[in-house]
Amino acid sequence: MSSYFDDPMVLRQIIMDHYEYPRNHELKKQEGYAEVHMASESCIDDLFIEAKIKDGIIEDTGFEGTACTIATSSTSIMSELIKGKTTKEALEIINNYLAMVDEREYDEDMLEELIAFKTVSKQANRIKCATIGIKGFVQLIEESEKNHE
Amino acid sequence: MFDVSEVRKDFPMLQNKMMQNHPLVYLDNGATTFKPQSVIDAVTGYYTTTSCNIHRGDYDLSFQISSEYENARKSVAQFLNAEAKEIVFTSGATASLNQIAYGYGLKHLQKGDVILTTEAEHASSILPWFKVVEQTGAVIEYIELTEKGELSVENVRKALHEKVKVVVFAAVSNVLGFKNPVKEITRLAHELGAVVVCDGAQWVPHVKTDVKDLDVDFMVFSAHKCCGPTGIGVLYGKYDLLEDMEPVVYGGGANARFDACGNILLKHAPAKFEAGTPAIEAALGLKAAVEYLQKLDMDNIEAYEADLKRYAIEKLKELDHLMIYNAEASTGIIAFNVKDVFAQDAASYLNSQGIAVRAGNHCAKILVQHLKTSETIRASFYFYNTKEDVDRFVEACKNITVENCVGLFF
Repeated sequence: MSSYFDDPMVLRQIIMDHYEYPRNHELKKQEGYAEVHMASESCIDDLFIEAKIKDGIIEDTGFEGTACTIATSSTSIMSELIKGKTTKEALEIINNYLAMVDEREYDEDMLEELIAFKTVSKQANRIKCATIGIKGFVQLIEESEKNHE
Repeated sequence: MFDVSEVRKDFPMLQNKMMQNHPLVYLDNGATTFKPQSVIDAVTGYYTTTSCNIHRGDYDLSFQISSEYENARKSVAQFLNAEAKEIVFTSGATASLNQIAYGYGLKHLQKGDVILTTEAEHASSILPWFKVVEQTGAVIEYIELTEKGELSVENVRKALHEKVKVVVFAAVSNVLGFKNPVKEITRLAHELGAVVVCDGAQWVPHVKTDVKDLDVDFMVFSAHKCCGPTGIGVLYGKYDLLEDMEPVVYGGGANARFDACGNILLKHAPAKFEAGTPAIEAALGLKAAVEYLQKLDMDNIEAYEADLKRYAIEKLKELDHLMIYNAEASTGIIAFNVKDVFAQDAASYLNSQGIAVRAGNHCAKILVQHLKTSETIRASFYFYNTKEDVDRFVEACKNITVENCVGLFF
């Protein structure tokens, strides 16, 4: 898989595709769904993140709002990747992703299309764009675990 | 008219500064401005040669710096055509506006009184009044803007009525850069006995200010937006209004006498608003800044920036993928978007080309609802920007596409 994901053209296409056609781009606002508002303090990204988490499984994800290419596409990809996973699996993916964005050690094999953001730290001020939606999912997972205890 | 290439020599930040491997083109002057050497020298000079506190020091150095601090007040007064006693030093325009809202508004407004403002105000201008409304039961009403987002005398006339006690507005809108008819609005407000609070943050640095001629009751600005240091700003108020306003901050230097029973005898304005040790070095820097601006002449500065704006608009208009929201505004602010590109992505692309602009709603969140766009890019000029800066900016704008914005990361 590495050669495919090493091609900048491919990575760029992934981001463009998820920006222009974001997945899970709606809020269900139904019973069983929890929602969190992620408004950046330092830029204009403004996202609502939603998840339906039952018995430790992320059954559904969604998001809406106003945000840049990086925030929109990273949230879209993550919403696909963690859907159907246990919260523990999801957190593992997310932690690897955050490690990659922070230029720490990470497991490439877990991240699939999220690899597209491996050089996002080249524009330091955009790291927050690449993490704002993802941190929303973390909050929802942590909340569900708290409620479960 | 000044020679811009000579002017640029005065600014260390304009000497060979690079960003993303390109020579820096700084177009975020609405946020803050660069400092000429004379301002930097005034600030560092304080720490290297004086470094003592003002007021009541019984030794030469303290006496000397107290005089210099008061001389800074006189220079600012002269710059605005005010009296020195009408100039209060604050930490910036935001602190000035809060002082007016809490110190004057809270004291004088009652239930049912109206604060009249516009949807184009900066958060610092309007949020303190939201709090005043909560505490007094006064209400805020908005003057309708024209389709272009301008504040017209006609609409002010329609919005004014006898319950309006305070009129708050920016002399120049920080998003759209229209020069508002301050003098006419003030005259209309005064006919009904309302007090006029004018946010001069984007006016004072760019347009000659004569508070006596404008007749505004309060005018505020920040030093750092007009070549001065950060951490200091000005609250101008007509003296009887300053005397009729309560301080927000109490403490040493503002009181003449106090006793253990809680009786406080405050000093007169402006001292009663300046409790605590002020930013002394910043006051000296501000003095150097206004002297620098006066040397260039404010009318020259305004004319130069208007010319630069016209030149930029002419070139930008040729780019079909740009939407410009304020082509007609005469001050050096350009609010625009690139079709199908999120403002922050476009600003990041410009950064990659060494060009500093700002994406966002520029704090004027209510105006954004009026413009029907949730975000804009703002390029803002100052007198040290050049046509070459504009050319670099226009060339970079030609290449702003979603592909190129995403391409920055690879």
